[in-house]
Formats: sequence, C-alpha cells, structure tokens
Amino acid sequence: MAGDDHEKQQETSLGELINRRIEIILKEGLDDPEGQKALRIFHQSGFAEISEIRSLQAYRLQSPLIESKEHLHSLAQDLFVDPVLNDCLAEGFFGDDRDFDWYVEITYKPGVTDNASRVARENLGLLMPDDFSARARVLAARGFFIKGAIDLQSITEATGKLLMNPLIQKGEIISKDRWPDERERLLSIPTPSGDERIEVKEMDCSGVDSIMKLSRERTLALSVSEAQTIHQWFADPQRRKRRKEKGLPENASDIELEALAQTWSEHCKHKIFNAEIHYIDENGKSSKITSLYKSLIQKATRDIQKTLGDRDWCLSVFKDNAGVIRFNEDYSVAFKVETHNSPSALDPYGGALTGIVGVNRDAFGTGMGAELVANTDVFCFGPPDYDQPLPERLFHPKRVFEGVRLGVEHGGNHSGVPTINGSVVFDECFLGKPLVFCGSLSVMPAQHRGQPGEDKLANPGDLAVMVGGRIGKDGIHGATFSSEELGESSPVSAVQIGDPITQKKMFDFLWEAKNQNLYSCITDNGAGGLSSSVGEMAEFTNGCKIDLGQAPLKYEGLQPWEILISEAQERMTVSVSPLKIAEFLALSRLMDVESTVVGEFTDTGLFECFFNGKLVASLEMDFLHDGLPRMRLEAEWKAPAEELDPPELPSKMGETLKSILGRPDICSKEKLIRQYDHEVKGGSVIKPLVGVKRDAPADAGVIRPVLDLMMGLAVSNGICPKYSQIDCYHMAACAIDEAIRNIISVGGSLDQIAGLDNFCWPDPVLSDKTPDGKYKLAQLVRACEAVYDYCVGFGVPLISGKDSMKNDSVLEGKKISILPTLLFSAVGVIKDVRNCVTSDFKAAGDLIYLVGETFDELGASEYYRQLGKSNGAVPKVNLTKAKARYRLMETAIQNKWIRSCHDCSDGGLAVALAESAFGGRLGVRLEIKPALDTSGLREDLFLFSESQSRFVISIAPKDREAFERHFKDDPIFLLGETDDSGQFKIQSGQIDLIDEKIQDLFDAWRSTLG
Amino acid sequence: MTVGSKGRTLILSGLGLNCEKETAYCCEKSGAKKVDIVHTLLFLNGQVKLKEYDFLIFIGGFLDGDYLGSAKVAVNRFKFARLEGESLKRQLSDFIAAEKLILGICNGFQFMVKLGLLPDESMAFQSQKASLTQNHNALFEDRWVQLKVNPKNSNIFTKGISQLELPVRHGEGKIVVTDPDFQKRILNDELIAMYYADEKGEQTAEYPHNPNGSWENAAALSNKRGNLFGLMPHPEAYNHYTNHPQWTRRENQGEDGDGLLIFKNAYRYLS
Repeated sequence: MAGDDHEKQQETSLGELINRRIEIILKEGLDDPEGQKALRIFHQSGFAEISEIRSLQAYRLQSPLIESKEHLHSLAQDLFVDPVLNDCLAEGFFGDDRDFDWYVEITYKPGVTDNASRVARENLGLLMPDDFSARARVLAARGFFIKGAIDLQSITEATGKLLMNPLIQKGEIISKDRWPDERERLLSIPTPSGDERIEVKEMDCSGVDSIMKLSRERTLALSVSEAQTIHQWFADPQRRKRRKEKGLPENASDIELEALAQTWSEHCKHKIFNAEIHYIDENGKSSKITSLYKSLIQKATRDIQKTLGDRDWCLSVFKDNAGVIRFNEDYSVAFKVETHNSPSALDPYGGALTGIVGVNRDAFGTGMGAELVANTDVFCFGPPDYDQPLPERLFHPKRVFEGVRLGVEHGGNHSGVPTINGSVVFDECFLGKPLVFCGSLSVMPAQHRGQPGEDKLANPGDLAVMVGGRIGKDGIHGATFSSEELGESSPVSAVQIGDPITQKKMFDFLWEAKNQNLYSCITDNGAGGLSSSVGEMAEFTNGCKIDLGQAPLKYEGLQPWEILISEAQERMTVSVSPLKIAEFLALSRLMDVESTVVGEFTDTGLFECFFNGKLVASLEMDFLHDGLPRMRLEAEWKAPAEELDPPELPSKMGETLKSILGRPDICSKEKLIRQYDHEVKGGSVIKPLVGVKRDAPADAGVIRPVLDLMMGLAVSNGICPKYSQIDCYHMAACAIDEAIRNIISVGGSLDQIAGLDNFCWPDPVLSDKTPDGKYKLAQLVRACEAVYDYCVGFGVPLISGKDSMKNDSVLEGKKISILPTLLFSAVGVIKDVRNCVTSDFKAAGDLIYLVGETFDELGASEYYRQLGKSNGAVPKVNLTKAKARYRLMETAIQNKWIRSCHDCSDGGLAVALAESAFGGRLGVRLEIKPALDTSGLREDLFLFSESQSRFVISIAPKDREAFERHFKDDPIFLLGETDDSGQFKIQSGQIDLIDEKIQDLFDAWRSTLG
Repeated sequence: MTVGSKGRTLILSGLGLNCEKETAYCCEKSGAKKVDIVHTLLFLNGQVKLKEYDFLIFIGGFLDGDYLGSAKVAVNRFKFARLEGESLKRQLSDFIAAEKLILGICNGFQFMVKLGLLPDESMAFQSQKASLTQNHNALFEDRWVQLKVNPKNSNIFTKGISQLELPVRHGEGKIVVTDPDFQKRILNDELIAMYYADEKGEQTAEYPHNPNGSWENAAALSNKRGNLFGLMPHPEAYNHYTNHPQWTRRENQGEDGDGLLIFKNAYRYLS
C-alpha cells in the first residue's frame, strides 16, 4: 500500500543504482502559463533583460525495479505524459537541443514534506510490484529555461528571491556553456541526513545554569524559575532513588527535558495570561491580577453563561481544540482561530499552509469529531511598497504576501473548505514577523451515540493510535521556537510544508471511523507533537505509556526525543479500545491511511516513554501539566495624551478620498479573494465579494452549513492594531465592535454571537531585551479589560482563543516589534439566511442614511496615517448606545426595510459610501450639512472619522416613515439618495465637497493591489 | 429507453475529492431514489459494482492534489486498477451502452476527458485527444460565469436550458484540442455542450467571461449519444437561490438554484 511507505527510504536495499530521469515539457505551440508567470515576476522585480522563460517538469528516480531506459520510457508514457499536452524524455535532457542562457531547477531539500514527489512515487507504484514504494526514491523538480543576458550572480540572487525559498529548497543553476559538463548534477537525489547514533542522553540538571545552557542550545525557551523548578525536582533524593530503581538516569533524560519544555512552553501553557501581574494604572493605583485569563477572559464567558441561565448555548468553551456552541437541536458548531506567525516568517508558503491545515485539524478534532465547513483568514504584513533595506533573513512584504496567499490557497482549497471571509492589514511593525491567523469552523451532530457530540473521554487501557502522516525532523521545536523572538539562530527545522490531500484522506477515514464508533477520544497532533497530544489525552485517564520505537518514521535517524516532539503534519491521535483496534486498523488500511498503535492510556499518574523495550522517560502527570511555576510580572500603564489638532483642510477632498481608497488596508483585495475557493460545500450565502459586478466588499461571510436548513452562520473579524499606538483598551473595544457590527450588518442578531480572542503581542516581559516590558504588559491588561467589559456588555461569550506573545524579531542588531494586536473573530447564528442583506446599493432613488454618531476620533485613522499625523483621539465604543442600535438594526433588517447595509470602519463614512456605491455601480447625491452640524465637526473630519458602531444603509423611499419611526431614539441622518449619474457627489450646504466619477474612485481603489 | 426507473446514483469520493455532500444534496433534491457516496478506492477494489447504478457522478476536488496535472493520477488508478472480476473498462462501457448517465464536474470533468470518456467514449482507457490545462493566467480563480448552452448539442443534462450562471473554481480549466481532425469532429458532431458567454449571453473569448482561455470557449463537453456530460463550472454550488452572487438584488425568486436543472434533467430522463 502506497501510503504505508510515505517518504520511507530504505538505503540498504537499494545498492548501487542508476540515477534516472524523466523530463516532461509542454508541446511547442502550447501556452506555458507557468513560464510566463515566472517571466512576469522577473520583470516586476527589475530583471528586464530576461526575454523568455519556458517551464519544465522533471523527476529524478532510483529504483532496482526500473530495469532499463526502455522500461522507464514506457512508464513515463503510460503514467506521466498527457498525449495532448506533453513531450517527454526518459533519461535525456531537453536542454541538449534547446536555445537558452540559463537553466534553473528547483527541488525540495531532503526531509522536507514534498507532495509532488510523494504523488509521483505513488503514481509509479500503480504499474509496479507492491513493494515499489519502499524500493524507490523519487524527487520531483521544477525546471526553467531562461533566455536573457544576465550574469551568474544576478541569476543566483533572483532564483533565491523569486523562484524558491533557500531554507527548504535547493536550486541548480547551469549556464548554456557549462551545460554538457554540469547537467549530470540534475540526476542526484540527496538523502535526508538522519543521525547515525540513536541514543537517549542524560541531561545535566545539576544546576540552574546547566539547565539554562541546555535551554539555549536546544531552543527550549525555559525561564530561570522554570529551570530552578526542574533542577529541584530532579535533585530530590527520594525521586533519584526511585528513578535509579526503574533504570532511569538520575538526571532528566533528553526526552523528559524536551517533553517538559514543550508542555511548559508559552505556546502551550499561556504563561503570561496565567501570570500574577502587579499592575499600576494611570492614576498610580496598584493592584494584583492573579491571571488575566481566569479573571477577565474566562470570567467574561462564565458571567454571560450565568446571565443566560437555561438559555445558555455555549456547549464547550476553553477546554477542547475549539469552542462549541449550539446551532439547533440537531447540530453544534465549533470554531477555532490559530496564529502561525513564526513559521510564516521563515517560510511564508509553508507557514501559512500548515496554519490552515493545522487549524482544520483543531476544528475537526473537537468533541468526537466534526465536519469542516468554513475557513477564515486574516493577515498582517509589512507595507507592500516598502523600499528600505531589510535584514538578510527577512523577506520583502510582497514576497511574504504572495507566499502566504499561495499557502492558504493550497491549504484551504485542497482541503475542500471554503474561505468565506478575511482581512489584510499592513504596517511597518509587521516587517519582522507577519501575523497569519487561520480560522476554521466545523459542524457536528449534537449527539453522538446518545452522548453530547462535544464530549469525549479516553479510558484507561485504551490504545493510543497515531493516524495520518509519518514523523520526520521537520517541525522540531515549533512550540518553543514560537515562544521566542525571531533571530539569526531560529531553527530551520521549525519550517514545514503541509499536505492537505493526505490530511483530507485521513479526515475521510476518521469520519467513517467515528460513524462506526471505533474510537473513544480524538485530538490533533499540533504543537509539541505526540508529547502534547498523548500527554493531554492522558489527563482523562491520569497516565500514559508511549513506545517511541513504534512510531512510523519518514526516514531513519531520528532521536527518540525528536520522535516525541516532532510536529510533522497531518497527524491525529485517537484512543481506541483494544476490542475495536483490529476493526479500526482494517478500515484504515482499506482507506489507504496509515494508523499505528504508539502506546496506551493508563491510570498510573505517570507519563512514560519506552524505546527499544527500555523505560526512557517517567514524569508525574501533575508535574508535567501543573508543575511549572507561575510567572510574576510587572505592568504599568501611562495614559496617552489625546491632542486634537486637526490638519489643514484639504483643498481637494475628492483627491483625498482617492488616496485613502488606494491605501493598502482599504483597497480592493479582489485578486487575492478570487484565488480562494469561497463556495465549495454548496452553502454560500454571502460571498466575500458582492454587488452588480461582484467586486465590492462584504461585511461578513454567511453560509448554510447544513444544506437542508435555512439557518446560517455569519463569520466576521475585527482587527485594528493601529489604535494600539494610542490605547490598547480602545483598540480591543473597536476590534470587538467591528466584528459584532459586521455580523449585525448582514442580518445577524445579538441573540447568538460567539467570539474568539487571538492576542498577538510583542514580548511584554520586562528584561534587558525589552526595557518597555511594563508598558507592553499594561497594554495587555488594558486590552483584556476591554475584552471583559465589551463581551459581557454585548452578551457575546468568548468560546476559544489563543495568544502568541513573542512577536519580535532581532536581526542584525535591530529589533522590530509588532503593535499589540487583538483579532476578534465572531460567529453569529442566522435564523433564516433569506433575510440577509449585503453592502451594495440596490437601486437608483433609494435613500441613504448614516446610522450612528460621528466624533472627532481620527487618531491612527487612515486619513491621519495618510497625512503622517500621529496625534488625535482613538475611537471609543459607547456600549449602551451600540447595543441598543444593534437591536434596532436587527429588527429593521428582519422587517426588510434595509436594502443595503455596510459598516463604517477604516476610512470612515466616505469610504463606506464609496464601497456601497461600487457594489451597486450607482451614483450618489448627498447633502451632509445637517449631519455635520449635529456632529460639530469640520467636513474632512466628519467624512473620515473612524467613530465606531456606525452603518451606511439604504432603504426604498416607501419605507422611509416606518424606518425613521423605528429609529426615533437613535441618531440617524438622511444623507441623500442613489442615482444613475455615475457621479459620487457630496455637498455641504450646497457647496461641493466631493464630485468625482464613481469609475475614477473605483480605479483608485482597485489599482494598489491589482 | 433501456434504463430502469430508479435513478440509483453513485458518487465517488475520497483521494482529495471534496464536493460529495453538496452533489448528493442536489441529487436528493432532484428526484434521486438512492444516493451512495463511495470511496474511490472501494470502487477500484471491485467492492462496488457499477451495474447496480443508473447514474455515476465524478465530482469536484483535487484528486491526488492534482500533482502531475489535474486528475492525472486518478486516471492512471482507473486505467491500471487491479481488481478481480469484470474490468472497469468493461463495466463502464456496459454502463454507457445501457444509456445510463455519467456526469463529471470540474475535477470530475478533467478526469473524464483525460480517461478518454469525453467527448468520445470509444477512446476510453486507450487514447486521449482532448485535455485540460492551466488557465491562461496561471491562477486558480473562483468566479461566476455566464454559460450559453449549444442548442445543437443533444445531451440530456442541459435539455430545455439556454443560458445558465454557475461558479467556476479551478486553476486548470482550459480545454485543449490540437489535432485538426479531432477538432473538426467535435465541431461537426456538436459535442461542445456549453460555451462561456458575456453578460448578453453571447459566446466570448474575453477574460474574465471566459475565465481560462478554453478552446472554442468551451465550458462543457458531451458524447455524441448525450448520456455523458462534463463541465468545468459547478452546478451543485447553485442549489438554492441564495447561492447566486446577486440574490440580494433580486425580488421574488423561487427556492431552487438553477444548478438543480442539470440534475433534474438527469432524473427526468432516468424516471
């Protein structure tokens, strides 16, 4: 079975073998989009001298089962060649007879997940004996024939920057002159460098210093007090005696130390959120916070649940891989958002790809298992037009953007999950580490075999079974690496490529296994690998035994500790009763998925590992999970001065609007969005792009997750790190308001909206590296306070969350830290999707209103950022008014008065109006004087203020009276109406402020990111 | 008509395919008596027999990740399947000869063309004269397209339909036919079932109306008999009116999405 031998290579049985090669090229006369795309990329990056690029696909092979050139040729013809599209050479080179200046060939480095090579080997296996996979090595390569007068140095540099990532890929570059001598290089298949000596090493835990030294050498990210705890634990004479009796080293084995470090990592244990914080507020008042998580985040949900009482619809919060809420009697919904920042900084493509497939495992592995229904992605990058020099290890933001985009394209699309909503934020603070948030929603039957579908339980005696991919050296130290800043010594091994197809096959199998009731508990293998997945499931039974020698490896040469903590992708861990194991494994084989018993759950109170029949790790469960010392941290808040010092009134407001519409945060993202499948699964209701020409932005994505039902889910995101420059409390409040506002905007209801908090922070711990740690931690305290205040206030419980607390990079002596960022993701249950509304104006003659008040809140606004102004007041959310307004909006939408609804956010009123106009391809004629006078603001401030909780809506004239009566207690402003003029005309007191062609505004909005 | 009146439907899934649920939903909404979703490997093992069905659907997805070209490895899996009993080729040719129906959507269409089932099933498992390749802009794209049904094509699935809007979601949707004789045959036999069209419903080569640069602006092909039909767009993704990207701009819409018309035609024929 092909899948059984996933990337497994048995060196010894191969012997001396001929290096063989197949080349496939598009027939002359056919278009070569891949080559043309590469040419475009070269040209855009200033390599004008390149005149032509032709692409090629090659496969390097070794196998004793391929007998001759003729045999290879027939295999190629039968299995690789498309007779309409391709020409092919077996053991030859197209380069021998081609006109070119440079040939570039790119392969993945050994050990990196390489899907093309895996599939090529499986494909060959179709015409080979069953043991072919074990007796063959196949390496897929992408080649480019390049024409152009360019020297070796330039082509080498361009290849490294434009065509590949040198961290994980290898490029061969050969000039036409050297071709006859060097083409043989294109035959080699390097092997992964496993270790020759496999052993369990004793770690020197004799003192804190020795442990800290190990921590630095092994990327363990341990703190001094953690090292102290570990030292003391292993120094205990009783324990040393017991360990000796069991045949364990008196000190920790490398396996034990690694397991502790992974389990105790910031990534896994959220130490900062659980720390004891001494907080001094803006008045110098001092207080003690025992755990931000418990006292604010978790408490918000508990308080809401208490208020809801019998009507509580939160089913599983903060405990499983994802939060679970009730959808209806028959179905429950799980939602999780994860970050994948550090891996994306090293390899944007692999980082984002594994981000998506990883969060999909979370949503799938919630409760007893759930079917994936949607993805949502939010990215923060450096400015796309950044033109300053960057440290060697950093990619240009454009390259990061493209890599991440492609990663999510492959991760989301190939998983068969629609990407229904997203957002992109740009700021220089993200040059050091991009933020890559990937979210996943899933649906499960409310009941599984008479039990709530969100519950699960492993039993003592159940077997621990690893399902899916194999273990390699890829993804070692992901959990601890992401708990440190990005630096020169960041481990390359943390980079991984995902394989969504292998994962999809695994999900297909597990879903069937669930339906046949073959497992008792399931979880994802993510950060920390088996150490975390088995270790966490072992909490159900209070113990486990893992036999590291049983775990299937991609290649030989992994140390036992690497097997335990490798984060190699596409793996889930399940617990299976011994009575069902045969059936489970048989189904697995039938569906071409690899499953291996790697251990057993026990009730011994111990986390134990064996290797070659020998006990190599034995840690008390309570020490492993609860032994780490609580951090004690200092936080001190300094309130910002909010100077209201308006800029000069622009002379041409239309030009100002155009420049704001073209800003990266605001401009059209159509090109990006179209590359994501946003409607697979057939339940699409509101797509990311709406309107006559389907190119205007939607406020929230809406789907029917269960096709038989007219009920829906609305998904939205709120994110505004720019406001952190002023006050993180309001940054968080605005993010929450934005996410909720977007759900209301499409027709959702405060009756049932759940939130997810994802905190991405710069290191907030005071140290030499972070002298402003107290302030940064105070920013976190402020943000958490806002999360509590607004979630409880809106009645929006948090059901899951995540934090990533070390988003700094220190490269070439320069530190770049992100702005504190809260991504607030929301999911709302929609009672009937047929009542949803979209943001596009619908018909000429409709009345346009602004709902909500506008204040002088332009601090960090797009307008001020465009002008380079750094002062001003941050928008503040008036909870009472916002809540009342959202309730009024809900009814107005259900009564079908509202024909279009768009939330006012970045860029303010003027941008919201323009976007709704783009959607309807309608003109607008507006008089803002009355609204302006009420606000007391100057025209530009009114148009571009980013005051929260506002909407731009349109109604049919016939509904005017009913609508206005409905809103008699909340400020609404009739601004004017839509028309067929094709003009965007805003007047104040009959004086033109803006009079622009819709098309010109549209072009300005479209041009930045194409 | 030699077909029974049951409309027993087989949807093959797994190996990276992903549209089984919504496709099954469309079948159930359109009159199927029985819909079985079966893992392709079980089918290739010979555990499921084609003769027990009247309607076979190859759905959308990414078969084996579309490495080596879309659906290529799956085509090889079928060609070189080692199953006991009746060969797949035989099972399929009997199925087709019995005038039963086969529908291929997106990845399933690519599969049918590359296996040689479309546009001339007599080539199946032997030769291939049409193919699909990368979109001319080298991008995967999700967008709704306007489709014009070729009135001279006589397939069962588009009967009574002249125009249709559906989403495309692919990176390799460009139909390529290079052999001039084969081109002539496809045109003479009117085997192009649908064209990409502009807003007025006229066939066009212009991007993005024609999203991939397909030969003759073809979006769908059928066999001559009309019981085999494949298309790049996704009819199963338009199963309710709220799937349409402009539904919030329209009044008084029936509940059904127009994509169901394709499925209803199939079951009308089978009943």
